[in-house]
Amino acid sequence: MRGKHPLSVTIIDLEKNKVKKLKEIRWHGRGGQGAWTASEILAKAAILEGKYIQSFPEFGPERMGAPVNSYTRISEEPINLHCSVYNPDIVVVLDPTLLKTVPVTKGLKENGALIVNTKVSPAEIRKKLDLKTGKVWTVPATEIAIRILGRPITNTAMIGAVARATHIVSLESIEKATNKRFPPNLAEKNIPIIKEAYKEARTG
Amino acid sequence: MVLTTQKGPRAIALNGDEAVALAAKQCDVDVVAAYPITPQTIIVERFSEYVHDGEVDTEFICTESEHSALTCCLAAAAVGARTFTATASAGLALMHEILYVTSGCRAPVVMAVANRALSAPINIHCDHSDSMVERDSGWIQIYSENSQEAYDSIIQAFRIAEHQELSLPTMVGLDGFFLSHTLENVSVLPDETVRKFVGQRQIPLVKNHEGKFVPYKLDPENPITIGPLDLHDYYFEHKRQQEEAMRKALGIIRKVHDEYAEVSGRRYGNGLVDSYRLEDAELVTICLGSTAGTVKTVVDQLRAKGVKAGLLRIRTFRPLPVQEIIKALQHVKAIAVMDRSCSFGGSGGPVFHEIRHVLYDSNIHPHVVNYIYGLGGRDMSQLLVQKIYRDLARILETGKIDKSIKFIGLRE
Repeated sequence: MRGKHPLSVTIIDLEKNKVKKLKEIRWHGRGGQGAWTASEILAKAAILEGKYIQSFPEFGPERMGAPVNSYTRISEEPINLHCSVYNPDIVVVLDPTLLKTVPVTKGLKENGALIVNTKVSPAEIRKKLDLKTGKVWTVPATEIAIRILGRPITNTAMIGAVARATHIVSLESIEKATNKRFPPNLAEKNIPIIKEAYKEARTG
Repeated sequence: MVLTTQKGPRAIALNGDEAVALAAKQCDVDVVAAYPITPQTIIVERFSEYVHDGEVDTEFICTESEHSALTCCLAAAAVGARTFTATASAGLALMHEILYVTSGCRAPVVMAVANRALSAPINIHCDHSDSMVERDSGWIQIYSENSQEAYDSIIQAFRIAEHQELSLPTMVGLDGFFLSHTLENVSVLPDETVRKFVGQRQIPLVKNHEGKFVPYKLDPENPITIGPLDLHDYYFEHKRQQEEAMRKALGIIRKVHDEYAEVSGRRYGNGLVDSYRLEDAELVTICLGSTAGTVKTVVDQLRAKGVKAGLLRIRTFRPLPVQEIIKALQHVKAIAVMDRSCSFGGSGGPVFHEIRHVLYDSNIHPHVVNYIYGLGGRDMSQLLVQKIYRDLARILETGKIDKSIKFIGLRE
């Protein structure tokens, strides 16, 4: 019974033991921009591909315009975790003004991806955030949404950018999930937004 | 009556609330009475949509308080109806008086509780304070680990509550937000399968004032009184009967769980306790609800490092499966009991009380410590769970416990 127990000498390496193939996504938006809806559509697209999912909001008080987070987990295996996301594989920023006020790269994995709604280049974002690792993708989601929808609602555009940057789910599945989530008049405007964002997303 | 049909079992994305509402719909509930606004959850909102859309043939009563909601359910159950309600937090606290009336009248009401904190300070997030207050109220209590289990447990709950030998109200807990508002894969049974599994409500026979056996329900053809004045002459015997029924419930919960496993292919341990990698475990955590999932993930990490870690999840907290707990912990050397509620001024949390007490008379005497965690929705991360196992390893190594009751994951 006495003697050194393995735990007393080992510091557990979370990364190495991470659930196989689990991807964790953190969405940053402002209240009313649909960050939770985006997380939900992505999860529902993944479930159509036979994957295991979770989608949840930050669970804070939701106020219009205030910074909010939501999360998606996607895995090939059942997901047991019921805690918050601390080290996301992917961070998605729906609103470029958040870059000034919210530490969006906090906890982002070294080989993770940051996907930002902005007109500027990935290199500029990288410089601005002093980010030396991982991948950075940008997409002018606000412009795309205004062009097609007539309103600056960027959540669906960002789902398209996530599909392009990570191939975590196919564009077809996202299209199906979007059709289920919205009434036909909204779905038919949002699907071109998703496709356009998929096309216009760039990395560097 | 369920009017819609679905084809074949399939996995869909549902949050815990939606999963519970769907289960209640499939169970062909006659009466739902509920208070519709805060702290109510989506459960009742979704069920009211089924009613509005004509998908169910349920009498839906919107009451002015939770106290009235449960009173309506009690009355409906007393005339033989299958009844369901849902609440959380302060809503459950407001039901307190009627919880005892319901169990004392042996009315088999099924209730979902989205476990949430009690005020003050004002908080709407997850902990188990609300249902732990009611652990002595004579209700069966089942706690779910995920949304799938919340769905499955509601279906089982009708069979358990309405079992002729029990007739006991049953509460199914699902962690507020962590389950109630989290979208997960839920595999849903076809309506027909659920309907067949739960069947019609069974009503036990009781002796009436003429010595004739009649159904235990309010019926003008066979008049009986339910819940009358019962002073020191018989009250005590009736309370003893409730305790007997609770003991009997252990076997029935297991049996219903086994039968459900045959229909669904899903099991949660033996229906009373759910063990994870416990066979040869030395360091073990005991908890209820969704945290068990996070603990399982950490147990896997530790096992990969050669640490003999395990988990015991108490699925049925009332009645407490004493023998199953002792049996499951036979080889265990150090135990951390996790409580998501606090018994202020007591000696640790309510789950800790039970576990340490159960072990006192048993043949095993492992080290047992208590962690109060996650009050008001505070997250229980993998790192915190790792810390608990590290503490256990230290206790095992040194044979010493510095403090048997600790708070974890907070500023101190």
